[in-house]
Amino acid sequence: MNASQKNTINKRNRILIAIASVLLLAAFLFPLWQIRLQAPQYPEGLGMNIWVNTISSLHPHNIKTINDLNHYVGMKPINPSSIPELKFMPYLLIGLLGLGIATSISGKRSLLIGWVVSFAGLAVAGLVDFYKWEYNYGHNLNPNAAIKIPGMSYQPPLLGSKQLLNINATSIPYIGGIAVMIAFGIGIYVLVKEYRKNEESQTKPKTQPKQKIAQPRVTAT
Amino acid sequence: MYFHKQLRNLLAGIMAVLLAMFTFFGCSSTKSKTGNDDAAEQVYVPPGKHDEFYSFMSGGWTGNISVYGIPSGRHLYSIPVFSQDPADGYGYTEETKALLNTSHGFIPWGDTHHVEPSKTDGLYDGRWIFVNDRNTPRLARINLKEFKTDETLEIPNTAGNHAASFTSSNSEYVSAMSEYSIPLPKPLGNGTDVPIDSYADNFNGMCTMVKVDQQTGHLNVDFQIELPPFDYDLGRFGLGVSKDWIFYTDYNSEKAHTMLEANASQNDKDFVLAINWKKAAKIAHQGKGQIVSTEYDHNVINHKTGWAKTEVKKKVRVLQPSDLEGAIYFLPGPKSPHGINVSPKGKYISIGGKLSSTVTVYSLDNIKKAIANHDVSETINDIPVLSFKDVEKEQVKKAGLGPLHVEYDGKGYGYNSAFISSEIVKWSLETGKVVDRHPTYYSIGHLTIPGGDTRKPYGKYLIGLNKITKDRYLPTGPEMFAGEQLFDITGARMKLILDFPVEGEPHNAAELPASLIDTAQVKYYDLDKNENPYVTRKEKDAKVVRKGNRVDVYMTAIRSHFVPDNIEGIKEGDEVHFHITNLEQEWDIPHGFALMGMRNSGILIMPGETRSIVWNPKKKGVYPFYCTDFCSALHQEMQGYVRVSPQNSNVKIAYGTNKEL
Repeated sequence: MNASQKNTINKRNRILIAIASVLLLAAFLFPLWQIRLQAPQYPEGLGMNIWVNTISSLHPHNIKTINDLNHYVGMKPINPSSIPELKFMPYLLIGLLGLGIATSISGKRSLLIGWVVSFAGLAVAGLVDFYKWEYNYGHNLNPNAAIKIPGMSYQPPLLGSKQLLNINATSIPYIGGIAVMIAFGIGIYVLVKEYRKNEESQTKPKTQPKQKIAQPRVTAT
Repeated sequence: MYFHKQLRNLLAGIMAVLLAMFTFFGCSSTKSKTGNDDAAEQVYVPPGKHDEFYSFMSGGWTGNISVYGIPSGRHLYSIPVFSQDPADGYGYTEETKALLNTSHGFIPWGDTHHVEPSKTDGLYDGRWIFVNDRNTPRLARINLKEFKTDETLEIPNTAGNHAASFTSSNSEYVSAMSEYSIPLPKPLGNGTDVPIDSYADNFNGMCTMVKVDQQTGHLNVDFQIELPPFDYDLGRFGLGVSKDWIFYTDYNSEKAHTMLEANASQNDKDFVLAINWKKAAKIAHQGKGQIVSTEYDHNVINHKTGWAKTEVKKKVRVLQPSDLEGAIYFLPGPKSPHGINVSPKGKYISIGGKLSSTVTVYSLDNIKKAIANHDVSETINDIPVLSFKDVEKEQVKKAGLGPLHVEYDGKGYGYNSAFISSEIVKWSLETGKVVDRHPTYYSIGHLTIPGGDTRKPYGKYLIGLNKITKDRYLPTGPEMFAGEQLFDITGARMKLILDFPVEGEPHNAAELPASLIDTAQVKYYDLDKNENPYVTRKEKDAKVVRKGNRVDVYMTAIRSHFVPDNIEGIKEGDEVHFHITNLEQEWDIPHGFALMGMRNSGILIMPGETRSIVWNPKKKGVYPFYCTDFCSALHQEMQGYVRVSPQNSNVKIAYGTNKEL
């Protein structure tokens, strides 16, 4: 293995990285996350979709309804245009997409490591930020609210279901989010593969012919 | 001994009478008065599940339409049509008031009779429901996406608008028709102020063809036909092979104007009027007849603004029968006929002989043949009378006493109601032979089979609309809801499966499959598309504006407050217009508005809608107002105050919510 081969990602893995990068486009076409609220008087469903750049109603006007309901316990209204993260998230994602494509085209391992690390960093930061937003949203209550229940906070779950008074809130990743996760999974997979290949090339002779050695048949007589 | 013999004879006599009574009444007791044992299962719609059909029942003197679920018989809703409704403010709000305008002035009540769903290709299409007011001749169109009255149209030159609201196979036309003849203004008649006993010379009937705009549904009087002064009772458009025709029954060919119960029941035969409406329309559109001056109101809701507007119309085209050669005929009918119903394929026309025990069936083929052969026995007011023998197909004998209406199941059977003998009689359309009969409780009027007036009846159920209730339910004083009865007609014999009480006096009903209607329902109005001139889309835009003694309050309602909820500067004698916009954008969250001393009505405002109501405060004081529709856990808190000061006071207009004025 020469030096250039050592630092170059193989063709199959480069295609995988390209696929992973393109998968990130799904985050612009589909919501990343979905929060569904279930309550007896909402048989028709109530919820919101969290996109890379906005928050939208699951059914028309759901955000307005959620805000109407939440004002009784003093929660702040959700106003997508006042959430700064939603403004720069699309650029970060585009950057990640571009870096992925660059990695795929150049085939440089250093770029691969940079891509996966920044992907991981962004994912963790994103989830932490989402959690913090949910925490704030559920804890930062108007002291003049009509309904005050001592010790009660209304933080929706990051993942899974939680009962908040009469409402059961379920939070799950949606198509966009799942696509991003798969893209990240592919990144990790490629990284591991490349790392192993590196190890193999260091431990095994360079020109080991791949051939099957016929095993002598032992037959019991 | 003699005494003993006397006693024995007496006992024998009593036995004979008892036996006779048993045999006489025994027949009807073979049918259960309380339905079948397995009936519960057939009509049981479990909690949370929906009915298979919507049944729209005219309310009679309620002036409205009531909606029921079939087979459960559950009351789902009532649609205000010709009568004001102080529950939601229909006919009281500034937006809806104009729907009740007529040339006689504002008429806040009506008598709804015949509910007729719109059709496409002879089948229900779920677009609209048409219904007539008998008293003040009017038609209304109900929009089935909202279950609201969209439009009302007064019918000129007409009285007793009973044979009305029937519609053609593609709802090209809705027909209206006079039951009571009246003197017509010049040049049609000799003027309207004439002696009543000049009835035969000066009075006329009037048939009206109302064109339906296929896009908007808007109604428009296309033309009228002046008729002899008979009482035109009921009608039906043809179907299939007869779809170009409309048929009406009439009684009072005696031209009586007093004591009609005797004087209009003298002739052995009355008439059926048959009009080829397609030909008649063509003749009218060629410019025949005369355009005469009249006055009638046409009231339409503008869906963008939510306001109804009245247009006073001044002209109408009136044709004489002489203009309609080959398009209008009398067929001799049974004495004092009532209902007339066309079979699904349109081949047969059945007429209930109200004072007889037979249903007369005509065949379209025979009618066409008689027309082709000019089998005309006489002419009345230029209308040829076809010969009876030639048009009749059969007489259904033993159709009960006083057969009124016929419905068809689409499987070759007709079912007629018999008012006097209180029963439903089933007979074969082909042979005219009676195959089944079932008593009703009591005195059935109309009857309805889902889709029974279409090319393809759904069959399955039959509903009898009884006129007398008596002991069928827990008594409620002298007046009771009408008692309707649901029958299963899937088998050879009718099975009574449910009694259900309904409000008003339904004169007829129409059932539409739920799937034609339910998914298209409007759940709330889009606030962004609300173009009411008095809409307030945001709380910060709420305001109170004085102009002379008129004060406009632009108010918003959302769970659980009004903006503004404190208003000052109103003075005694002011005309205060509250324009309340419900800011909710969610299904089934109306807000109400009620104010102490309000003399007209409370109102309900649907989500995204604006409703305006006028209040004239007479006395100084502070008047609380509140939301009447329990909207949230803090509904009780949804309240406010209006301060009314004496006329000469200098309290300035001031308003707000959650702030000091």
